[in-house]
Formats: sequence, structure tokens, C-alpha cells
Amino acid sequence: MKTFRTLFLASLFCSGTLALPTVQADALADISARGVLKVAVPQDFPPFGSVGPDLKPRGLDIDTAQLLADKLGVKLALTPVNSTNRIPFLTTGKVDLVISSLGKNPERAAVIDFSRPYAPFYLAVFGPAEVDIAGIDAVAGKTISVTRGSIEDMELSAVAPKGAVIKRFEDNNSTIAAYLSGQVELIASGSVVMAAIAEKNPAKVPVVKVKLKDSPVYVGLAKNEPALLEKVNATLDAAKADGSLNRNAEKWLKQPLPADL
Amino acid sequence: MAYEFDFAPVLAQVDLLLKGAGFTLQLTAVGTLLGVAIGVLGAGVRAWRVRPFDTLFGLYVELIRNTPFIVQLFFIFFGLPALGLRLSEWQAAVLAMVINLGAYSTEIIRAGIQAIPKGQLEAAAALAMNRFEAFRHVVLQPALAKVWPALSSQIVIVMLGSAVCSQIATEELSFAANFIQSRNFRAFETYLLTTALYLLMAILLRQLLAWLGQRLLMGRR
Repeated sequence: MKTFRTLFLASLFCSGTLALPTVQADALADISARGVLKVAVPQDFPPFGSVGPDLKPRGLDIDTAQLLADKLGVKLALTPVNSTNRIPFLTTGKVDLVISSLGKNPERAAVIDFSRPYAPFYLAVFGPAEVDIAGIDAVAGKTISVTRGSIEDMELSAVAPKGAVIKRFEDNNSTIAAYLSGQVELIASGSVVMAAIAEKNPAKVPVVKVKLKDSPVYVGLAKNEPALLEKVNATLDAAKADGSLNRNAEKWLKQPLPADL
Repeated sequence: MAYEFDFAPVLAQVDLLLKGAGFTLQLTAVGTLLGVAIGVLGAGVRAWRVRPFDTLFGLYVELIRNTPFIVQLFFIFFGLPALGLRLSEWQAAVLAMVINLGAYSTEIIRAGIQAIPKGQLEAAAALAMNRFEAFRHVVLQPALAKVWPALSSQIVIVMLGSAVCSQIATEELSFAANFIQSRNFRAFETYLLTTALYLLMAILLRQLLAWLGQRLLMGRR
């Protein structure tokens, strides 16, 4: 009987604490009252987030966070996270938003909510601006470099037409070198890799020809925060309309914002 | 936790491995013929001190023998396009192998030539042989016969070294192995089979070279 009572009390206590967050949930009001927007950002994933020469975080995600904080009229507090702990930081309430090159998938959507996308992220076949490739079938007869065993290798191998000549290299550097030295006509890689090429060899930046896998990045929020979600979406829409999102993409990804984002 | 061996996914792609092995043999054949030809030329030029080519060959030998093969290969494939010379991956692979074997065989054959006693050349002159005849029968053939085992080993090394050419997407045996491994993650099975293929190829190549040496150089039929 005593055990039962303890268990009963314990379960009462637990349900009470668990219910607590949903009772007083308006994150937007909290942020305004606090005057600080807490955002989880990457620090090891350029150009989205890295540590600059001044030891301060810099990147597309940091600029996006700053943009949101400015529009909310509050200060910005950054928390550096990595790709494994970024969602726990959000679900435990340590941050208000995760802006950390976060892609959308059903598993994540079960635990957190997503805003509208704020930047593109994709795997694609890239090539020189003057080469016209209408679709994946048009790569027949072309040579394409790709890093062996990477996701882009799998995606490309699955859809490439018979005549396409796929040259598989050991690592990203060889794949890029083969393209830049003109040994291949096209390169299959990630949009982020193109940004890295743009940084080092602005004369030969490859342009996207055929997308292989599209996975744009979203702002992550705690579940059931309609006011905050609406505010973030409205802010991002406005930022897209006034060109701020495009400026960020040009600055960090060296590519304009895709029209379909 | 014990690893479960499964050769089926590798055997399903065995035609890729065999195709790669065939390409390795082609690379080796072309590389050997041209490489040894350079070696004979270079050895003759260096042994007789034909100026200024002996110095040039000396520089070539030192340059190639004291730098890694993979760097030579990368220079040819990724570097030369900057100078306007763009070679396909198999052309670059063959060129790198020829240049590499050319340097090593120059030194091996030169050692053979220098081991020919002077009296043999004088005997050739006494028989009224011209310089070319003397070089062919009195110098080159006995010299090659002396160094044939060393040269054979070098040729086998070049064949095995061609595995490096997979790094520039030359689709030879190692490339095929890496490709299969990246698709089915059966590293042990794939590389075990590949090792066996290389071993078989190397043994057969040695046998072939020994047989050729007997027939062409030792005069046995």
C-alpha cells in the first residue's frame, strides 16, 4: 500500500512538471520580455557557420539569426552546436531557434517544427556557365567528375543516362581538381562545395545544371509555438521580398537564391 | 558480433574486376614496351657518354627515381592541363608508367652494358661488325641477358604500381575494386579477391618474362 501511494504521488508530480511547459507556452512573448533571442548555430560547417579569424562565429546561419533578431527588435545570443546536439538544444528549451543548416525530414518533423526555407542546399551536376544542359538526359556524352561512394555518386549513378561518362575520384579535392584542370566537363557535388570553389577560384565557379537532390535548410522551432512560427515565417518572407535573403546567399554561397525556394 | 563473410555481392560484379584486370594488363604491356625502349636508348647514351644526351638522361633518371610515382602521375594529369597539354586518364597513366619504367630500366640496362668486357667489343671489331651490329649482338643482347631478372622484377613492380592510377579515375583493377567496395561495403571480400587477381597476374607475368628471356636472350628454343 505504501509503494502504491509513493508511485501515485510520483506520477502526479511527474505529470504536473511535464504539463508545465504547455500551460504557459508563448515563446514569442518570452523572447520579447527577455529582450534576447537565443539561437543555436553551427561552428564547424562553413559557409553556414564557422569561427572567423576574430574567433567570432560567422556564416550564413549567423547572418540569418542576426536578421531575425533585428526584425524582432531584440539582442542576439548565439550558442554553438554540432549536427548531433542541435535538436536536443531546442527540445530542452536551451535555445529559442535552431538555425544550423537544418534539413527537413519526417523524423525531425515529429519532434520540432520548421519555418519556411531560408537558404538552398542541394546536390547537383554543375558546369561552366556557357554549357547548356536542359535535363539529366543532356549529360549523355559528357564527362562528369564525382567523389566515389558519396551520396551524389549514388544519386548520379541512379539517374545518369547510358552515354554519360562518370569519372569517380577518391576524394573531393581530386574531384574538384579534375573539373578545374579541365579534365572533365561537369562536376557532381554539393552546393556548399561550389561555395568553397568560389572562395578559392572565382574565375571558374561552376553553375548548377541539373539538381540531383534538393534539401533546403529551415529554421527549427519548438513544437506548438504558432505565434513564434508565424513571426519567423513573416520575417523570412519579408527578408526574401526585400532581397536580404538573396544578399546572404550571394555573400556566403556565391549563388543567387533559387526562384523556387 | 562475428563478421559474416559474403562473397556473393562481390562475385556478382566479378566482370568489373576482370575488365579492370584486363585494363591493368594493357597498361602494363604498353608501358613495358615503351619504357624498356627508353631504357635501352638511355643506357646506350649514358654508357657511351653521347653528349649532351648523357647529361639529360642523367637528370631524367635522378628526377624520376627520386620522386614518388603518384606525384608524377598527378603532375601529368592535373598539372599539365595548365600548360595546355590535356591527356585523358589512360594516356596520363601510360605516360607516367613509361616515364617511370624508362628511368629505372635505363639504370638497370646500363649496369648490364658496363658489365660487358671491353675485349668483347674488340672481338666484334675484329670480326668487321659495324657499330650497330656490334651494339645489338655483342653489347645489348648479353647485357639484357645479365640484367633480365632485375628488369623483370621492375616490370612487375610497375604493373603493381599501376594500382595508383585509380586515383585519377583510370578504370584498372584497383579502381574496379574500390568501386565495388564503395557500393557493397564488402571490403574484406573485395580486396581479398583483388589481391588474388594481382598475385595471379604477377606470377603469370614473371613466367612470361622468364620464358621470353630464355627464348630471345639466352638463345634457347
